[in-house]
Amino acid sequence: MQFEYKIQGGDFANAGTASSNVKKVLKQINVDAKIIKRIVVALYEAEINVCAHAFLGKVMVNITPEKIEIDVIDKGPGIQNIDLAMEEGFSTASPAVREMGFGAGMGLPNIKRNTDEMQIESEVNKGTSLRFVNYLISSI
Amino acid sequence: MTQKAFHHALKVDNDLCYGCTHCMTVCPTEAIRVRNGKAIIYEHKCIDCGMCFKVCPVQAIKVEQDDFSTIFNYKHRVALYPSTLPGQFDSEFSIKQIIACLHELGFTDVFEVEHGADFLVDDVKEYMKEHSDTKPLISSFCPAIVRLIQVKFPSLVQNIITRKPPLDVSALYYRKKLEDQGVDPKDIGIFYITPCAAKIAAVKSPVGEEHSSVDGVINIDLIYNRVLLLLKNHTPLDTEKIEEPTLRHTSIRWSLTNGEADRFDGRCLAIDEVHNAIDFLERLETDQITNVDFVEIRACDESCAGGILNVSNRFITVERMKKRARRHKEFLTQNPVQNPLLEYSDYLKEKCRVIEIEPRSMMKMDEDTNIALNKLEKAQKMLSYLPGIDCGVCGAPTCQALSEDIVQKNARLTDCVFMRSQMEDTGSLTHIKSIQIMKDIWGDYSINKVEEDLDNDK
Repeated sequence: MQFEYKIQGGDFANAGTASSNVKKVLKQINVDAKIIKRIVVALYEAEINVCAHAFLGKVMVNITPEKIEIDVIDKGPGIQNIDLAMEEGFSTASPAVREMGFGAGMGLPNIKRNTDEMQIESEVNKGTSLRFVNYLISSI
Repeated sequence: MTQKAFHHALKVDNDLCYGCTHCMTVCPTEAIRVRNGKAIIYEHKCIDCGMCFKVCPVQAIKVEQDDFSTIFNYKHRVALYPSTLPGQFDSEFSIKQIIACLHELGFTDVFEVEHGADFLVDDVKEYMKEHSDTKPLISSFCPAIVRLIQVKFPSLVQNIITRKPPLDVSALYYRKKLEDQGVDPKDIGIFYITPCAAKIAAVKSPVGEEHSSVDGVINIDLIYNRVLLLLKNHTPLDTEKIEEPTLRHTSIRWSLTNGEADRFDGRCLAIDEVHNAIDFLERLETDQITNVDFVEIRACDESCAGGILNVSNRFITVERMKKRARRHKEFLTQNPVQNPLLEYSDYLKEKCRVIEIEPRSMMKMDEDTNIALNKLEKAQKMLSYLPGIDCGVCGAPTCQALSEDIVQKNARLTDCVFMRSQMEDTGSLTHIKSIQIMKDIWGDYSINKVEEDLDNDK
């Protein structure tokens, strides 16, 4: 099952559409609540990242009975130093974004913590592609 | 493990129901459908919030209660009344008069439920310290909200505080007090006067415990009528021996919005009304709302003052209850009395724990993820055929609900009036068959009366 969502840079008010729809689907296919929580937290964080930093983005979701694969691709400034961006507390968010309560520098580390696999590629002044995978069957 | 069936306090009276869809449209969990001209309730989806009861134009939604005469099966007949009961009456009537009326109606003992809140406020403070890593902790006060979280937000079940609400605490105390006085447990009947349906369901089929400590439930509207009749007829009442309730003044406001949230430290929020609750819980589940310590959530607008069985306007009730709390504060300053329930704190600490609350998701299309995904894909395909205007003529509240019902074999695509028109147009459905489907959903009556009129016109 596949879905696609658009994200407009700076539109925090409408961020969260993808994560709330994905959450509903995962509940409907009887995925464990703890696994759902990890996925939606990661996806919401990714949506906010695009809002905060990029001009335009899209979320592509592919769900199979085994796993969920999510690609978040944006057009924007890109990330100068990915290693640095993965450190907790590092942020390039503008003061305006921080005033809205975002931009604490927890985004990417939080996504990594809540996903089973994560890859990120970025080109400065072009954009960023984030891909993450979560397995839907509890390993315990 | 097999889940036992959940008891619901709300039932449809088929003699009165004419399938008007008001209840179906307003139900927050999409638990209602219309079949054969009558509303039916999907029991696994119903949370007993009572929204259907409120909007029904012909009082076809019944709230089950125990027959009043059952109180006389017991030698000791205890009325546990909520603070919202005095809130139903004009302030010309005193709390002592209302209590005297309850005695006059046949209760041997009368006790205000919110006495239990005096105990809980300290017990929950302790609980919050012990569970400081769980954020936010969600109050277990409103049974409709506990059920809502179970069916729709299973990942938040672990956030619900596993302590019984004031009703159970007061019932436990009163039973124990009478037993300590040497009363035979068989002779004790504890009756709750309820402002809502969810409390009835909670008493009849408690969540996270084996048996309820309450023996029966009587609806507040019935008590209101009988008490007001006594008051209006100037029935001589012996108020001399009646004592003022001894609960803290802040506990009188416990069942109002912010009644709990105001009493705890940290970042505490209060949410009322079921759609607000759903919106808030959605955000909480995605971590869009963080760093909150405690949330009080109630299904009714204005919390228990808006309970569906209340008679008085909810805003008036709130004002009366707040005024009474202020008067009670003055009373307590002049008469420092101790809430007798607090003497049983050690006993109650032990007894007020709730066994684990289980999630029971109503959202899953199938236990098996493979099959569920398959069904969901089919449902989405069905949805793409449907008009998306949620007209309800199919007997389901939304096109999405119909698409899921089709996949679960509880409905057919031809239930949609738009689909039928198209199929009649292409010749794949006869007009007679189309009318028959309409009758299956809305009953013979709804169609026949039009046919009769047409016949008369000829």
